[in-house]
Amino acid sequence: MGPNGSGAPPSERLPDEDAIEAIRDLLPAVEEGRDFDDWGRSEAFVSRVEPLLDFYYRHWFRVEVEGIGNVPSEGGALLVSNHSGALPPDAPMVMQAIRNEHPNPRALYMLVEHWFKGYPGVSMLAARMGLVPAHPENAQRLLHDEGRLAIVFPEGQKGSRKLAWQKYRLRRFGRGGFVRTAARADVPIVPVAVIGAEESMPIFAHFRALEKLTGLIYFPLTPTFPHFGLAAALMYLPAKFKICFMEPIRPEDFPAGLRGDPAAVQELAEEVRSRIQTRLDLEVGARRSVWTG
Amino acid sequence: MEQSPDVAPRRILVTGLSTFWGGRVAQLLESDPRIEAVVGVDPDSPSRELDRTEFVRVGPEHTAIERIIRAARIDTVVDTRMTLDLGRIGRTAAHENNVIGTLNLLAACSAGDSPVRRVVFRSSGLFYGCSRSDPGYFTESDRPPDRHPTAAGRDLLEAEAAVAAFRSRMPGVSVIVLRFADVLGTEVDSTMVRFLSLPVIPSITGFDPRLQFVDQEDAVHALGHAVSKAPSGTFNIAADGVLVLSEAASLIGRRLAPLIPPIGTGASISTLRRFGLPLSEELSGQLRYGRAMDNRAFKGTGFHFRFTSREAVLGLRNHLILDPVIRGARSPYRYEPEVEEFLRRSPLVEATHGDSSTAGS
Repeated sequence: MGPNGSGAPPSERLPDEDAIEAIRDLLPAVEEGRDFDDWGRSEAFVSRVEPLLDFYYRHWFRVEVEGIGNVPSEGGALLVSNHSGALPPDAPMVMQAIRNEHPNPRALYMLVEHWFKGYPGVSMLAARMGLVPAHPENAQRLLHDEGRLAIVFPEGQKGSRKLAWQKYRLRRFGRGGFVRTAARADVPIVPVAVIGAEESMPIFAHFRALEKLTGLIYFPLTPTFPHFGLAAALMYLPAKFKICFMEPIRPEDFPAGLRGDPAAVQELAEEVRSRIQTRLDLEVGARRSVWTG
Repeated sequence: MEQSPDVAPRRILVTGLSTFWGGRVAQLLESDPRIEAVVGVDPDSPSRELDRTEFVRVGPEHTAIERIIRAARIDTVVDTRMTLDLGRIGRTAAHENNVIGTLNLLAACSAGDSPVRRVVFRSSGLFYGCSRSDPGYFTESDRPPDRHPTAAGRDLLEAEAAVAAFRSRMPGVSVIVLRFADVLGTEVDSTMVRFLSLPVIPSITGFDPRLQFVDQEDAVHALGHAVSKAPSGTFNIAADGVLVLSEAASLIGRRLAPLIPPIGTGASISTLRRFGLPLSEELSGQLRYGRAMDNRAFKGTGFHFRFTSREAVLGLRNHLILDPVIRGARSPYRYEPEVEEFLRRSPLVEATHGDSSTAGS
């Protein structure tokens, strides 16, 4: 405990887990008539931008969805997806796939690095869309306590800053944090393979100096950026999308003693990664054209 | 969870009696017939009418407390004294009260044969600071920032560290630390209340932070609960529900003016403060990153919040609408030592309470 410790148990509170379990149900009730939920997500706002998302979903990317039934209708579940494109379109398209195709179109929370909270405008809009900083406590509350649907992109920035010729080669899946998250929350992992996002906003080069100067997480050269400025954020190439929701890996199928065993965590993370990679290879091999599928 | 106190509190010392916190908790405690005596201390006179609470004026460093504790056989100390709203009181005065006062008070409670068995310490969510990497809900085990960005925060960390040290030094004393979210209500005069009462609410361009509140009635009852029922430990006190600033503003019926620049925010805020706007260094962090706390641990001790964050804001709105109407009808309470003395000691005054240990022994 630090010098400022309060006498409360230190942050790794395994012995206390029973007590935590006991108070899990003391969650606040949902208040009617609000435009926001307690995470700052706004269903009203999502509905307002839905026409734009739906335009991209139906007409621009002509998204094809497979295995929507693998997304549980209730209870917590952690979707794990590949990630690409300078301003990754995969997250909103997966969200839209669930809204459009799923029998129980639930809110999807996107667990992402907390950098977005620092940028004016982005911070506000992102939270309204359902972005939540990928803090272990946030993941636990969302998935375990509140039983919600969340998606993570374990490649993180390593995925979205990938250059055009590295497409469909999954980056390292972090240190397997998402496996620990799912195991602690006791929720299934649903691997998701997104095909098409790689081609929708390819990056040809990074300008490190401008990156430093602007304080952006990266400053890429894409078909439309930087010459079209911020408008480039909406200028995707019309690649044909396919989103495959794969067979979930249920908590009962996690290896025993997973949480205390870094090797087993790494192994399961690798397993998820290779399932997504295999599916990507299969789908990319089978498609005849990037633009028509 | 641990059990309730082995010894029911009988004789209570309340610090910060002149404030909303001390005054209201003293009123709550003195209305409980099981409590024998309530003694309140403060450098200033009480601002609320008290029935049987005895007031003792002390210096801001709270040095004379040990004698009072011993003489009145105090078993429970409710320390509401922390001043974290530096808008009103200078930094040095605040430090004197917050840090030196806490050290002296705890020293008074830890004397060899001290009768004190329970200490309730009022802290604040300010403890956790505000940053980009914060969790959506702070839990009690979360650590504060290594170097707290605000002066009041640094005071608070020093005080909480002293309380933590006291806790480990005095295993026989229950120590309850309550970290409060921003309290809203008719009687609260804080930077946050004055900020939300502005005709147009300024915010930082491009940020709509998550904020959480607690209604003043819940805040007072939380202290009461800590006195009689809560187990030793640290608890967040925040109502259910987290609002975003724009939502809070529209509930109050105010327009949001997102005009504080996101770069150079600190300088703009101190300039605006110089023009008299209710803004502070502490508020500036909240306006950018927001803050919310997990309240489930305290609920787990059996406490029930009567109002949500949203209802607390609506309560403030009703107050803002009604206040101009009823302000004239209320005559503010003024502390008159002779009158209080007469009411408490004179044989002519009939005791209104069954328990008259304070009235003419």
